[in-house]
Amino acid sequence: MSREALFSKKNKLLLTDPLDDNNPITVQVLGICSALAITVQLEAAVVMALSVLFVLSVANVIVSLMRNLIPSRIRIIVQLVVIATLVILVDEVLKAFVYDVSKELTVFVGLIITNCIIMGRLVAFASANPPWESFLDGLGNSFGYGWILVAVAFIRELLGSGTLFGYPVLENLGIYEHGYENNGMMILPPMALVTVGIIIWIQRMRNNKLIESN
Amino acid sequence: MNVNKNSYTIGFASIMVIIVAALLAYASILLTPYQDRNIELEKKQNILQSVGIEVERDNSELPYSKYIKEEIVLNDNGNILDGSAFDIDLGDELKKDIKNQKLPLYISMLEDSSKYFIIPLRGKGLWGPIWGYIALKEDINTVFGAVFAHEKETPGLGAEINQTFFQEPFKDQRIFNEDNEFVSITVKKGGAPEGSIHAVDAISGGTITSDGVTDMIKERVSRYLPYLEKNKPVVNDTLVSVNLISKVDE
Repeated sequence: MSREALFSKKNKLLLTDPLDDNNPITVQVLGICSALAITVQLEAAVVMALSVLFVLSVANVIVSLMRNLIPSRIRIIVQLVVIATLVILVDEVLKAFVYDVSKELTVFVGLIITNCIIMGRLVAFASANPPWESFLDGLGNSFGYGWILVAVAFIRELLGSGTLFGYPVLENLGIYEHGYENNGMMILPPMALVTVGIIIWIQRMRNNKLIESN
Repeated sequence: MNVNKNSYTIGFASIMVIIVAALLAYASILLTPYQDRNIELEKKQNILQSVGIEVERDNSELPYSKYIKEEIVLNDNGNILDGSAFDIDLGDELKKDIKNQKLPLYISMLEDSSKYFIIPLRGKGLWGPIWGYIALKEDINTVFGAVFAHEKETPGLGAEINQTFFQEPFKDQRIFNEDNEFVSITVKKGGAPEGSIHAVDAISGGTITSDGVTDMIKERVSRYLPYLEKNKPVVNDTLVSVNLISKVDE
């Protein structure tokens, strides 16, 4: 077997496919719970996306390295242990050295462990593919997850609180003087679902591959 | 190698558990001192915030020793016990019966020699503990400032209790009503009535956390009533009696 280049066409696809055609949130509809829960503020969404990026790519590599050693009957347990260990380590390190970020994370740490995207990628990809490909797959899926999170948080924070990263954008633009008011409903979880729905709608409108034939 | 043999499976699981346990234990031992230091500095920062002094967490040590004059420990009768308030873990104390609880209290003196009583708070939010500090003015009635923190409340909703917009309205609220009864301060869903002096606005979407704050203030401050009554300035007593007389006249 000839060794293929690190960024061969196939490998690049691992990175780009989850961004659109095979997006974990909008196409596979995984990881929806965290997408609804933590997209009220942009900052929290970014921190969550970065945490998932770290956990998913490292867990993918570890599981991939062990893929021929893991007994198949306890493979899910082994994968969960890998994820949980990584998440706890991340949490401990954040608490010790970047305390403010760890306070930002709060309940998400638990949400990372239960994030279906991570479990899904470990089962579907890392347990059957070499480490480098698994790493790229982890990165790709985290980006796919992350950009949806950031997009939803951008819309919800801007319309719900009139701020971005806590900075009062709308107030500084003087929009309130014309009688505009923040839409409090955007802060509530149902509007996250509606926002994700609108993103899926737009995506399916312009991406031919996703249009289902009747 | 057959990875599906029972002996292999058990062996794999055992080794994995041992490695993971060792790794996590080691990480925890290594990082705990740093984490404790952060928590201690943040506690000092929070206490200072309740009397309106804003400092960076890393620089909270000096101003703390400058402005916080007394760290006393009380029992439920309001008598002073031995020990320092700072060493008390309220989380542990709350598990005990009230008779055995040690109540920490901080007394602060600012540059203009105004004196404040700072009561540490701790209660339940939606996902985990919430805590804070409430500073009372010398009249032992008016709130000078309040600060709240949480471990894992929902970001953007309950987690907002640590924001200024939520804490600011607590200023100048009163914990006693005109008849000198303890009424505490309520965090009111749907908004506090205009000009209210015993209620502040709740956070939309954060009702359970907001209610947790109400319960926490009421439960914690009520424990200090024996001590607070003893230390009430005399001026206040005369005011109360004047009120009573005017009522009789009517």
